[in-house]
Amino acid sequence: MDADNKVRRKEVLSSMCEQRARMLQDQFSVSVNHVHALAILVSTFHYDKDPSAIDQDTFAEYTARTAFERPLLSGVAYAERVKHSEREKFERQHDWTIKTMKREPSPIRDEYAPVIFSQETVSYIESLDMMSGEEDRENILRARATGKAVLTSPFRLLGSHHLGVVLTFPVYKSKLPSKPTVEERIEATAGYLGGAFDVESLVEYLLGQLAGNQAILVNVYDITNSSDHLIMYGHQNQDGDLALLHESQLDFGDPFRKHQMICRYHQKATTSWTALTTAFLFFVICLLVGYILYGAAIHIVKVEDDFHEMQELMVRAEAADVAKSQFLATVSHEIRTPMNGILGMLALLLDTDLSSTQRDYAQTAQVCGKALITLINEVLDRAKIEAGKLELETVPFDLRSILDDVLSLFSEKSRNKGLELAVFVSDKVPEMVMGDPGRFRQIITNLVGNSVKFTERGHIFVEVHVAENPKPIDDAKAETCLNGGALISGGRRFNTLSGYEAADERNSWDSFQHLVTAKALQDDASVKMEVADEASQSVTLMVSVEDTGIGIPLIAQHRVFTPFMQADSSTSRNYGGTGIGLSITKCLVELMGGHISFISRPQVGSTFSFTTVFGRCEKASLGVGDTKKSNAEDLPSGFRGLKAIVVDGKPVRAAVTRYHLKRLGILVEVANNVKIAASACGKNDSSCGSKIQPDIVLVEKDSWLSGEDGSMNLRMFDWKHNGHMFKLPKLILLATNITNAELEKAKAAGFADTTIMKPLRASMVAACLQQVLGTGKRQPGNGMLNGSSVLGGLLCGKKILVVDDNMVNRRVAAGALKKFGAAVECAESGKAALKLLQLPHSFDACFMDIQMPEMDGFEATRRIRMMETRANEQMNGDTDQGSVRKDEWHLPILAMTADVIHATYDECLKCGMDGYVSKPFEEENLYQAVAKFFKTKPVSDS
Amino acid sequence: MMGLVADRLRADANRLLAFLFNQGILDEQFLQLQQLRDESSPNFVSEVVNIHFHESEKLLRNLRSLLMDREFSGYNKMGIHLNQFMGSSSSIGAKRIRNACFAFRAASEQNSRAGCLRALELLEHDYCFLKNKLHELFQIQQQRVLAAGARYPMQN
Repeated sequence: MDADNKVRRKEVLSSMCEQRARMLQDQFSVSVNHVHALAILVSTFHYDKDPSAIDQDTFAEYTARTAFERPLLSGVAYAERVKHSEREKFERQHDWTIKTMKREPSPIRDEYAPVIFSQETVSYIESLDMMSGEEDRENILRARATGKAVLTSPFRLLGSHHLGVVLTFPVYKSKLPSKPTVEERIEATAGYLGGAFDVESLVEYLLGQLAGNQAILVNVYDITNSSDHLIMYGHQNQDGDLALLHESQLDFGDPFRKHQMICRYHQKATTSWTALTTAFLFFVICLLVGYILYGAAIHIVKVEDDFHEMQELMVRAEAADVAKSQFLATVSHEIRTPMNGILGMLALLLDTDLSSTQRDYAQTAQVCGKALITLINEVLDRAKIEAGKLELETVPFDLRSILDDVLSLFSEKSRNKGLELAVFVSDKVPEMVMGDPGRFRQIITNLVGNSVKFTERGHIFVEVHVAENPKPIDDAKAETCLNGGALISGGRRFNTLSGYEAADERNSWDSFQHLVTAKALQDDASVKMEVADEASQSVTLMVSVEDTGIGIPLIAQHRVFTPFMQADSSTSRNYGGTGIGLSITKCLVELMGGHISFISRPQVGSTFSFTTVFGRCEKASLGVGDTKKSNAEDLPSGFRGLKAIVVDGKPVRAAVTRYHLKRLGILVEVANNVKIAASACGKNDSSCGSKIQPDIVLVEKDSWLSGEDGSMNLRMFDWKHNGHMFKLPKLILLATNITNAELEKAKAAGFADTTIMKPLRASMVAACLQQVLGTGKRQPGNGMLNGSSVLGGLLCGKKILVVDDNMVNRRVAAGALKKFGAAVECAESGKAALKLLQLPHSFDACFMDIQMPEMDGFEATRRIRMMETRANEQMNGDTDQGSVRKDEWHLPILAMTADVIHATYDECLKCGMDGYVSKPFEEENLYQAVAKFFKTKPVSDS
Repeated sequence: MMGLVADRLRADANRLLAFLFNQGILDEQFLQLQQLRDESSPNFVSEVVNIHFHESEKLLRNLRSLLMDREFSGYNKMGIHLNQFMGSSSSIGAKRIRNACFAFRAASEQNSRAGCLRALELLEHDYCFLKNKLHELFQIQQQRVLAAGARYPMQN
């Protein structure tokens, strides 16, 4: 672009220069021509006329009037050729002497050229001898020799001191021959017409007429002498764009002299605006782009930094969270320890003789302490869950008995409130499942505890089903029920456990029946089903806890599972509690691979339901054929084959009763009311007991009271049976709560036998039935099923080896185990233990310390296992030996360790151990560990 | 009169126990230990505790001699001793001693001899303190048994 611009600039310059040169040349030649004309005029009118037609005045006037024709000439003058010989005559004639240029009388010369005519503007040169000036003389000589106009080299003019040139024309006296020689010309010369070109003002004037005058600088040179250029116009040392110039040749008509015009730009090429702006814009754009890139880079860096920072913050936050949980866990643990001290001391205190007030205080303190411990345990649980430290066990356990236990926990409370509390477990739920019984119990306890807390009337119903292809119809129903709150009608009687409306109608009789009957139908095909079921390793259970309590306000429903959030602050005022329970429950459920959800309608009730995944229990691990016995509480089997009639108007409740009786092996018929039951009996009587001869009749209190002629009907029973020789069916009243008056009435009405208070539990029902039927050789310990007695039952009579190098530990462990009735032997090193365990031995279990000098627990266990395998191999070859003991030698070995954290369970298992207990023996811990091995052996053996 | 004495003794024993619990010298394991006492071994607790003291003294002696050794390098051995010490103290519920052992073990794991020495001194101090207190306690209990022996069967 710049080059382009330069080219253009150059072109402009050259054209301007040429233009000026041509103009100057034209003007010049016009003037020259005119001077030529003047010369001819002088020759014509001065010499050819006689006398002369021109004198000074005429010449002055004429030239003045024709001065416009010669704008370039400052003035013209005519000098006559005077030879020295003619000087005197000439001076006389003109009456003045010839003077030199310096206005002195001229010295003597060959010839003179005094000015005789002059234009007024140059009148000062009249009478001056032009030959006296060097320049002029040369000019004159050259002019008369050539006969043409000649120019001097530039010099300062006399008048104006401007640079100028003098133009000289020869004037010849007579006509010249056509081709005159130089001598002829000189001879014929009469005078000279000269004019001074004021080149400077001339060019100035000329340029002033042209556009672009300011832009360019014009210099005119006389370059006759090529080595020394004489300036005619312009300053020699003028600034300007020296880089670019244009030369134009000027021809002023004098072949001897050469002139040149040089044009330059005044200013250096102002780089063009477009180029400039373009460059500028480009620069700006570059700048912007650069800035954008820079900004982007900075931004990226910043974002990256932020990201890293965030990441670090996140890590720190997570660490803080874990630290918080760990802190909580630690602190809770630390609090628990002194709290145990406090509770222990309180227990000691209560053992002392106290006044009743003191006892009251102490008991209050104990209750509060226990509440605090519970709370701390909850916090600890939660913290543990959050810290990821909570590990679930996988041990076989009986779901039903756990549910019964939980129910028994709350039976007192619910009875006081007059609530129906019931549990129902579907037949399809396996007898034993693999999972964490403690946590499962915790979940159920939490939920039922909540329900009990918030329910004043109606019922609490725990249901367990196998979750399988959920029924879409039910779900749809649930949806409408949930969303369309207007579904509830007033006076309707609900087919729920207690007849009160429940929040989730899925549990009403319709669907319940559906589930139960479907199950009954499947019983036939159960063999097939079971095969299929067995294939899958796990079973998903659907547990729901339904209550008819105050429900959860709609606004609070979303934060029910948030820790420390109760429905509203008044809740904790009215009902107590911290609101941490449900959040723990949720955590636990999720840990167990399930979901928890709830449906709640204020003033109607809530139904919490959750799913949980349990492993199926391989039958093989439970010992053969005694699955029943493996329950934590053994249900007596003495009722097998008994027949019972349950009289209950409410089908759900009846189903629950039936479920419990069924667990005892009792065949159950359900009758809607007493009349039907009686007639059923009657019918059977007539057919002589071919079908059902009920041994027991269980009558729900409501049904009994509601039948207006209840007592009469009962008499009917009596009467009918009195007539027969058959054993009379025992009449049993089922009641949630019963007043003394009612009790009397019941007795009068014929329920002499007994009253079973709800909530029903299989074991309790069994105990009552034993009492009624008189079959009861009461089993020892049945009924007080707390931990230590169970542990006692488990360990009683067992021979146990304790291996520990630390004498104190040995002693304590032995003491603890002895307390539970075990026979304990001790060994102080792995080697001693090996010696004692040489086969055959009579130990039932071994507790093994892990950290021992010489041979640690792992090594010792490994060796014991090796010994056993060898023995087993031998035995397989020779079957006679193993007759006394089990089929195979496998001594349960439990690791004892103080560091529960470091004792990796896996490592214990790897070397053949069966479990571990943490070292200061805790009863519960010990029980859990031991239960796995001794459970399967019937207690009654001992 | 005898009843009063017995009450006072019981109160003393309880106070002392409470103090020990309060100060974090003992923990609930000690209570559990007490529950292990039965007719067949009425002196179970003191028996066990005496064994503990016996062992502990041996261990402390060993630890000290290990630490005093000029070219001392027995950190490993020390660890084993400490583990034993810890095990037996946690068995009887001597919580503070167990904690002191923890600190000791930490110091020995860092191979810091100065730390070990400090920890040993602390441990010895704690040990003496506990020993004294427990002796006191047993004495009281002894007296209690004596005082109660005439009248009632043993409590708890």
